[in-house]
Parts: sequence; C-alpha cells; structure tokens
Amino acid sequence: MSDDLIKTIFGRLTLDSFPIHEPILVGTFAVVALGGIALLGALTYFKLWRYLWTEWFTSVDHKKIGIMYIVLALVMLLRGFADAIMMRLQQALAFNGSEGYLNAHHYDQVFTAHGVIMIFFVAMPFVTGLMNYVVPLQIGARDVSFPFLNNFSFWMTVAGAVTVMASLFVGEFARTGWLAMAPLSGLDYSPDVGVDYYIWALQIAGVGTLLSGVNLIATIVKMRAPGMGLMKMPIFTWSALVTNVLIVAAFPVLTAVLAMLSLDRYVGTNFFTNTGGGNPMMYVNMIWIWGHPEVYILILPAFGVFSEVVSTFSGKRLFGYTSMVYALIVICILSYLVWLHHFFTMGSGASVNSFFGITTMIISIPTGAKIFNWLFTMYRGRIRFELPMMWSIAFMLTFVIGGMTGVMLAVPPADFQFHNSLFLVAHFHNVIIGGVLFGMFAGVNYWWPKAFGFKLDKFWGTISFWCWVVGFWVAFTPLYILGLMGVTRRLRVFDDPSLHIWFIIAGIGAAIIAAGIGAMLMQFYVSIRDREKLRDVTGDPWNARTLEWATSSPPPAYNFAFTPVIHDLDAWHDMKAKKAARPTEGFRAIHMPKNTGAGVILAGLALVFGLAMIWYIWWLAAVAFVALLAVAIGHTFNYDRDFHIPVEDVIASEDIRTRQLQTAEV
Amino acid sequence: MATTTPTAAAGEPPAYYELDEHPHPPGGSTMLGFWLYLMSDCLIFAMLFAAYGVYGGSLAGGPGPRELFDLPLVAINTTMLLLSSITYGFAMIATDEKRQSAVLGWLGVTALFGLAFLAIELYEFSHLIHEGAGPQRSAFLSAFFTLVGTHGLHVTFGLIWLAVLVVQVMRRGLIADNVRRLQCLSMFWHFLDVVWIGVFTFVYLLGVLR
Repeated sequence: MSDDLIKTIFGRLTLDSFPIHEPILVGTFAVVALGGIALLGALTYFKLWRYLWTEWFTSVDHKKIGIMYIVLALVMLLRGFADAIMMRLQQALAFNGSEGYLNAHHYDQVFTAHGVIMIFFVAMPFVTGLMNYVVPLQIGARDVSFPFLNNFSFWMTVAGAVTVMASLFVGEFARTGWLAMAPLSGLDYSPDVGVDYYIWALQIAGVGTLLSGVNLIATIVKMRAPGMGLMKMPIFTWSALVTNVLIVAAFPVLTAVLAMLSLDRYVGTNFFTNTGGGNPMMYVNMIWIWGHPEVYILILPAFGVFSEVVSTFSGKRLFGYTSMVYALIVICILSYLVWLHHFFTMGSGASVNSFFGITTMIISIPTGAKIFNWLFTMYRGRIRFELPMMWSIAFMLTFVIGGMTGVMLAVPPADFQFHNSLFLVAHFHNVIIGGVLFGMFAGVNYWWPKAFGFKLDKFWGTISFWCWVVGFWVAFTPLYILGLMGVTRRLRVFDDPSLHIWFIIAGIGAAIIAAGIGAMLMQFYVSIRDREKLRDVTGDPWNARTLEWATSSPPPAYNFAFTPVIHDLDAWHDMKAKKAARPTEGFRAIHMPKNTGAGVILAGLALVFGLAMIWYIWWLAAVAFVALLAVAIGHTFNYDRDFHIPVEDVIASEDIRTRQLQTAEV
Repeated sequence: MATTTPTAAAGEPPAYYELDEHPHPPGGSTMLGFWLYLMSDCLIFAMLFAAYGVYGGSLAGGPGPRELFDLPLVAINTTMLLLSSITYGFAMIATDEKRQSAVLGWLGVTALFGLAFLAIELYEFSHLIHEGAGPQRSAFLSAFFTLVGTHGLHVTFGLIWLAVLVVQVMRRGLIADNVRRLQCLSMFWHFLDVVWIGVFTFVYLLGVLR
C-alpha cells in the first residue's frame, strides 16, 4: 500500500505509536491486559453480561448510576495513585547523581496524568456519584428530572476516562501539567498526541458533567416533596444545589477555552500562540476562571457530607443551619472573584493583586463559620465515634491547616516565594485529600448501609482511616518544608543532597497511604463477605435525621411508595419523634422511566470520535460524528419511555419491608 | 423560615405521607432544564465575546474590521435571522391554536430564513478567506471566525432539529411531547437571535466604528 493510503486510513497512528521501548509501560500493559482478560473471562463464565447490561449499564435509576460513578472513581483512584507512587519513588531516588528510573518524557506525562485523573476522574465522579445517589432520596423524589440524561452523563464521563487510559498504551499523554498551559500546550511546543488526548478526554467528560449539573439543579428545584421549602432542604442537598449551580456556571468556560486551544492546534488559529497577535495569558485567565470554581465544586459536597454526619453522630440538629446555607452561597459567589490568585507572579501589578488577595482571604470567613458550626454541633452532643464521624473529625483538624496555608498563599508578596513551589503542592493536597477525599470516604461509610443494606466493617475501616490520616501528614509535611526552602514543583532530579531526607520521608508517607487504600479494599471485601453479620433491616442504622433513612436499605427502585410530606428540617427525625405511621396498604402502580441503551451507544460513539480526532483519522471522525447525530435523532423518535411498576410488585416489596420492620422491633 | 407547609385540619395529626397519587405529567422540569442549558451555552458565547473583546485590536499587521466588514450584507443577514424568529413565533401561536398545517408551514418559512442566513454567512466567510483574511491570519480574525462561526454552527444544529421536529409533528401531530419540543426549539431559536444581536452590535457595528 502506498504511504498516502496508509496515512488516510490510520492518520498519524503508526507502529511507533505503541510504546514497546518503555519497559515500565509494557509491564503495566501486561498486567492490565491479563487482569482485563481475567475479568472479562470471569464475567463470561458467570454469565454476568446480560445482568450487567440490563440491570446496570442501561439503568436510568439514579441509585445505580450513583454507585457506578463511585466505582469509576475508585478504579481511577488506583490509577491516579499509581502515578503518585511513581513520582514519590522517582524523587526519592534521583539524588547524588542518579537520574532515577523515569526519563523526563515519561515523568512529565506521569505528573500530568496524576493531576488530570485525580481531579476529573476521581474527585468529580465521586462527588457526582454521591449527589446522584443521595439527593433524590433526601428530597423524597423517585428519580432525577431527566433519568436518561443521567445515564448518558455517566457514560460520557466513562468515555473521557477511557480516553485518558488509552493514552497509556497508544501514543502518550500530555507533558504539560494538569491545566495544559499555553503556549506549552500549543502545536509548536507539543506537536504530538498528548495534549489532544487531554483535550478530548476533558471535552467528552465535560459534556457529562455539565448535563448532570443541569439535571440535578432541575431535580432539586422541581421535585422536592411537598412541604420541603428551600430552607427545609437537608444541608447536603443544599450543598449539591450550590455545587451544581457552580458546575453549570463554570464548565462552559472550560469547554470554550479548550475549544479555542483545539482550534489553535487543529486549524492554526492564533488565540494562545506567541505570534499572530495571540496571547497566552488569555489561556491562563480563562482556564482559572473555570479552575477556581472547580475546587469549590469538589469541596462543597464534602462540606455537605460532614454537615449530615456531624449532626447525625452528635445526635443533634445541625448548629446554625441558616448560616450554613448562606455560607455555601457566599462561597459560591466569591469563588468567581479569586481566579487571579493562581498567578500573582505574572505581572498584573499591585492593585489587581491586592484585590484578588483580599477576596481570597474573605473566603476563609464563610468557611471558618462552617467549621465553627460543626464544632458547635458537636458541643454537648452525644458523639458516637463511628467511621463517618472519625473521617469528619480528621477532616476538621487537617482541613484547618490546609485552609491556613491557603491564606498564606493568598498574600501576594508572600506568594512570590510560594508560587509554583512544593508548598503549593502540599497546600492543595492538604485541602483536596483532607477535605474532598476524607469527605467522600465519610460519605461512603455513611451511606453504604443505605445503598447495600449492610454496614461496612469497622476494623478494616479503622486501619484504613489511620493509615490515610497518618500517611497524609508523613507524605505532605516534608513538602511544606521543602516548599518553604524554595524547591519548585515538577522536578525530576535534584542536585542538593541535603533535600534527600525529606523526599524519603514523603515516599514513606505515600507507602502508608498505599496501605490505607489496601485496607479500604480489604474493608469492602470483608464487609461483603460478612454481610449477613453486618446486615441492617431497619433502613436507619445510624439513627439519622434526613429522609433517605425513611425508606428500606437498599431502597426499592421507586424509592418511596408514598410521597412523604415534610414538616421539619430534619424530616425523618421529626417523623420518628411524632411516631408517624408508615402506610402499609393502599399501594398503587408506580410510573417510572424505562431503561435504555442509548446512553452507552452515544458515549461509545463519542469515544470513537475523540480517538479519531486525536489521531487525525478524519474519515473515522466523520463517520462517528454522523453516527452520533443519527443515534441521537433516532432516540428522539422513541416516545415510549415510561412504564408502570405493577401494583403487585409494589405490594410485594413493601410487605417485605413491613415484616423486616416488625422483626427489627422485636 | 416562612415556607408553605401543608397544615392539617384543626385537631387532626399532620399527614406524613400523601396517600393519593396525583399524576405528574412527564417533562415537568424540561423548560427549567432547557433554560439552564441555554444559560450554560450563553456562557460559552460570553467567553467567545470576551476573547473577541481582547483580540479585537490584535491585527498582527493584517486587515482590520473596517476594511473587511460589509455592513449592508450583514444588515441583510441580520434581517433574515430576525424574520426567522418572527416566523417561529407564528409557528408557536399556531401550535397554541392546534393548527397543525399552519405550524408546519411556519416552520418551513423559518427554515428558509435560517438557510438564507447561513448561506449569506458562508458567502461572507469564503469571501474573507479568499481575500487572505482567514482565521489563521491574526488573533482578531481567529476570534471573529470562532465567535461568528460558533453562532452559525448553532443555527445549523437548530435547522437539523427543526427538520426532525417537522417529521415528528407530521407523524404524531401536536401531542404534548411534540409541543414541548417545539417550545424548547423556540427558546433555542430566540436565544440565537439574541446572541446575534450581540454579535451584530459588538462585532460588526463597533468593529467598523473602531
């Protein structure tokens, strides 16, 4: 075949695109391939394909989609953490003339992939999954406003994750850092496929994120149970509402700026180039106008989790509910007024820097108010040190330190020392691990019994907890110290032997965190094995206060057989206090949305389109795009999207619940 | 905390469950959801306007707005889009009156005006590129083509959507689902009109003044 024909068929994909000369990648590929074959073989052997497809992949049930989001987050956490361990090992080895074990080409991809995966494919699916699972239950709804869209959003996120993973074995990932700053990410300095993988992974996943944001806002605004005014909404739902407003108001900015970067790379426009009138600072500004709200998109749901957990395990109504709500809203607004603090050193001048320094510091006021509210909720409470509560207390201690180093970074003159140093790296890991991740772990331990009907094992959970908390401090305290000494981030080798000891300590910390992750997986395994011992039949194992605990665990597909009526902020606590009787007869058929495979198919086509664009396989991109349109249009010709759960089925599952409650009382 | 709580009749204990199911028509949240989507789309345009605002003077030695823009042509184009919005409005009035053939007729007229708009825009683009003023020439032209082109792309998708709706209305008539879809497209179409007024003022009129 002629070269031209091969180029037309395969674009810039050649045999050299497969990194067979990198032993680490070949090894990884062998492990992944063997694991993948084993998994696929097991699924086939146990005949699970049909079950997975009909019950999970095509499901429009918000609970199943929420669980799938969290599974995705946990899987990607393992990948992102593997990158972290590689970096720690490299930096601990590359002293005294040693080059370490990663070459620069590979190391730069590792730190970029670590950031991108941890933010977009661990933290984001984690918070989206938790919101998806909990919010409809908390507001007494049967599903979200747009159930099909919810399924589609999830699969678009998966397609983005698959795109990132593909870059590991075909071609390479970006070597630009997690925000792909221009002009480094432009075609002149990054001519290969790495940045294109980055762009398409984020654009495809971004569609999912945006639509799920629209979906959850509409759900919260339109589908609350009667009596639930805005100020009677559970605080986690409030945090979800504010978070999704931030998503809808921030992600289009990312879409736009990445689209402009793609035009620079694909069409040759001059947005962020050094020549032709372009201005790379526009990229820096625009990406941070999205990027700063993004960190609040991650942390606010965690704040919501802590509020629920602290109130439940202190046995008290949340202290200062109204101020908590206003703090969320103030943080939401302020998050748009601080983006420039990410680049104080880039020549904005003293006046502009002062403005953004002050707005940044002001954010610590509503955040501090929330911390005090949690403390006052605990004050004179009857605190139960269950796992979710332990994570919450660890969060309060850890996050306060992270917040204070954040205020240090907000001082523009001081930032000239801290900028781009390991101090910054330690700061944002301090708030993201100590805030977001601890919050998600608290949430998983808290809502697991709701989702599966049995509690998580406390022994392994406690081990995981201590490993994470201790490991975090051992890993990141040295980074604070190194940062104060002026060590910049993203370095691969070091000349100064006096720094060595700190990197070794940080590496030990990462190993302790690895033990924490291992213990967490063990916790899941042991809990599933011992599920009968850990079983909860009441549906309310923690003596909790909000509506999701009013139904069975796991909840039926329709969540509530009768729509609950709300009289109090802590609706379920109110119902228990007033001994509100659960109706045991008079059930009706329930109107529900049908499952559909359209979401999987559309996301699969989007994945093909993205990969074809990355590799310049234009014909395939065109085919995938046309197919995408055709399937989307075809889906709109399906008017038959709902069905009724027959009344017999409702009666059957509600009778089981009645008997369970009777045994629980005896 | 003044919220509307359903109050029980005097003396009776408050109800904690609604025992009779009242039907919720599907799509009750669609208008709100579509509004939210439109506002997110509006933000994409906001970023493109911002980019144009910053790059408007970055000519890189190339031609500027005054040499390039043909205001009478753009005025005709604007008229096409504004008329298409009016005719879409007539289609919605006919929808309210349940006159299906009138709906289809007005949708057809809207599509014609939309196509005319796109044709004139494409002519303008090809003319500019032919003169050597393509999107690669300068940051100003990059921002111009991206902003106006993104709007044009939206109109294109609006036309595809309109064609699909015409088929669906012909097949199923003005059933509730189709009426809801017509309302969504209506919002989308008027939204594009509003954005275009911004483009006409900010890009073309101010560009020529600059």
